[in-house]
Amino acid sequence: MERVISGNEAVAYGAMLSRVQVIPAYPISPQTTIVEALSDFCASGMLKADFVKVESEHSAMACCIGAASAGARSFTATSAQGLALMHEVLHWAAGARLPIVMANVNRAMSAPWTMWCDQGDSLSQRDTGWLQFYCEDNQEVLDSVIMAYRISEKVLLPSMVCLDGFILSHTYEQVEIPEIEEVDKYLPSYIPKFKLDVEDPHSFHAAFLPDIYMEQRVKMQQAMEEAKAVAREVDGEFGQAFGRSYGIMEEYFVEDADILLVTTGTITGTARVVVDEYRKKGEKIGLLKMKMFRPFPTEDVRRVLQKVRKVAVVDRNISFGATGIFAQEIRSALHHHGEGTSVFGFIAGLGGRDVTPATLKEIVEFAKGKEVPEGDIAWIGVKP
Amino acid sequence: MRYELPKEELLYSGHIGCPGCGASLSMRYALQALGKKTMVVIPACCWATVAGFFPSTSLKVPILHTIFEAAAITASGVKKGLVARGIEDVEVMAWAGDGGTFDIGLQALSGCAERNDDIIYVCYDNEAYMNTGIQRSSATPMLSWTTTTPNPAFKDTPKKDIMEIMAAHRIPYAATVSPAFPEDFLTKMRKARAIKGLRFIHILSSCPPGWKFPSELSVKISRLAVETKIFPLYEIENGRKYILTIQPKGLPVGEYLKMQGRFSHLTVKDIETIQENVNEEWEMLMAKIQLKRNRR
Repeated sequence: MERVISGNEAVAYGAMLSRVQVIPAYPISPQTTIVEALSDFCASGMLKADFVKVESEHSAMACCIGAASAGARSFTATSAQGLALMHEVLHWAAGARLPIVMANVNRAMSAPWTMWCDQGDSLSQRDTGWLQFYCEDNQEVLDSVIMAYRISEKVLLPSMVCLDGFILSHTYEQVEIPEIEEVDKYLPSYIPKFKLDVEDPHSFHAAFLPDIYMEQRVKMQQAMEEAKAVAREVDGEFGQAFGRSYGIMEEYFVEDADILLVTTGTITGTARVVVDEYRKKGEKIGLLKMKMFRPFPTEDVRRVLQKVRKVAVVDRNISFGATGIFAQEIRSALHHHGEGTSVFGFIAGLGGRDVTPATLKEIVEFAKGKEVPEGDIAWIGVKP
Repeated sequence: MRYELPKEELLYSGHIGCPGCGASLSMRYALQALGKKTMVVIPACCWATVAGFFPSTSLKVPILHTIFEAAAITASGVKKGLVARGIEDVEVMAWAGDGGTFDIGLQALSGCAERNDDIIYVCYDNEAYMNTGIQRSSATPMLSWTTTTPNPAFKDTPKKDIMEIMAAHRIPYAATVSPAFPEDFLTKMRKARAIKGLRFIHILSSCPPGWKFPSELSVKISRLAVETKIFPLYEIENGRKYILTIQPKGLPVGEYLKMQGRFSHLTVKDIETIQENVNEEWEMLMAKIQLKRNRR
């Protein structure tokens, strides 16, 4: 069924089609309409789930942990300050190896107060052990929620599906909503390998002494590594079942590119238009869309980028005192592997400032004009 | 008449609780009352270690360890997950200390209480952060010594009244229990198990290293807390109906206080002040009991 829905409704449909069983959630702009939609789905009986009106995001994630530990499929959604409040709980969910899925509507962090989009919220949770996926449009949002359960339930790590605040969350697009019977075939009900059970009592997450803790961390890292192959496989099967496929990253006019833009989220859609324009003029500009951020697809990034002379990374985030976070990770991936590649790091669109075709053209022209970057960061569109 | 405890033990011997730990004795009684179809959720507290380090466990029922602030909501999540999977007959008990209840866990507990989530929440209150080594909490009694209320800056505010806070949520059941009164303890736990919604149990949990007394006096001190009216044993139904379950002897508070090192600095005047406070609190409790009884 095709419908014109917002990004937030796409999240709610994704959760409903995944037949989530427990949904603890707390409202925060611009995530709120997800909570409202799911609340409606539950109230109308369209979705048979327990919608828990918790008193904070901290409790939302802790409730997900309890429900997932009992073997139920759990879902929540948040943004910015809410995600930051969850920080401790995110670590616990990942360490507890629970396949929770959460949508994060990307919103810039405060102070000062802001409600608008950037990725500072989710990227500052990069070391918590959560898988992270960034979506370009509403269709990808809906599909990614469903796929995230397949991946998480296989590798036993939680997943965060990220969508740009307002730019996607409150924008209406045509979305194909799959039939639930088809989704049931693709994503069967969750059969937990480990769960709380009075017939088979175990103690979960008791203290590890130094002689064993590191081994648990190794296993988490192995699960992250495994997630790359699992995500590819899950995406491929999704393509077969529903005719749509995204990969863990997407290459657009990459082969012969002189300059390659690297983008995430909705900036990708804008970049496609810009690349098309340059290509029409005969200029070899390409695009790499990063969908999966954790685990970081290091090998794929290397394979693509080490053949390119200039890479222009567009970061809608900043790690203060360092650089844009995607630029950092890409530079790190290319270390010893892409000596001939110059990585230009651009910061744009913080706190909801528009990233338009003109912004991206400015970035391309900047990279065209220089052989190597002069610094690690070039700020785009900043008032003097 | 001798009171017989159930034969079934769900707490293993050989756990790492301190000798004379009131919270270990309390866990034993709680599980004897609730039975095998129980899951225990434990946040950061003494019991996070007493329950055993990986790969050992001191309980014969499932345990889920969780973060400090979230005992109530994690337990509630477990219950909801079980119900979502069609499992309705398992009781989920959150088991938290006073820090995890009166202080850092109060918000999540209040949320669960307001929604009347279907869990038993037990606070074993040893009146300070004992797992980190005796720092004051909002459950620490007035004039008590702790490492963060050292001589001469003893605690200068009264203990937070958690029972009244819980009663104000109009939860179906709240009760105080003591490891020195096992029959009363088990009766209340069984009564709680039969009720749906949020049930709150407050244990005054004697702590030999924290309160500074010899471990063999643990039960005696627990009994004195009740007999001096410092910790009356009562129930609150639906936040309104107060019922006294043990009539205390009304011994002077000094008998309880003088046995513990944390109160060894108290002057005669201090003890008089505490006695006055206890008398006043007792009168208020009696007034509530009378009031509700009259209304019936």
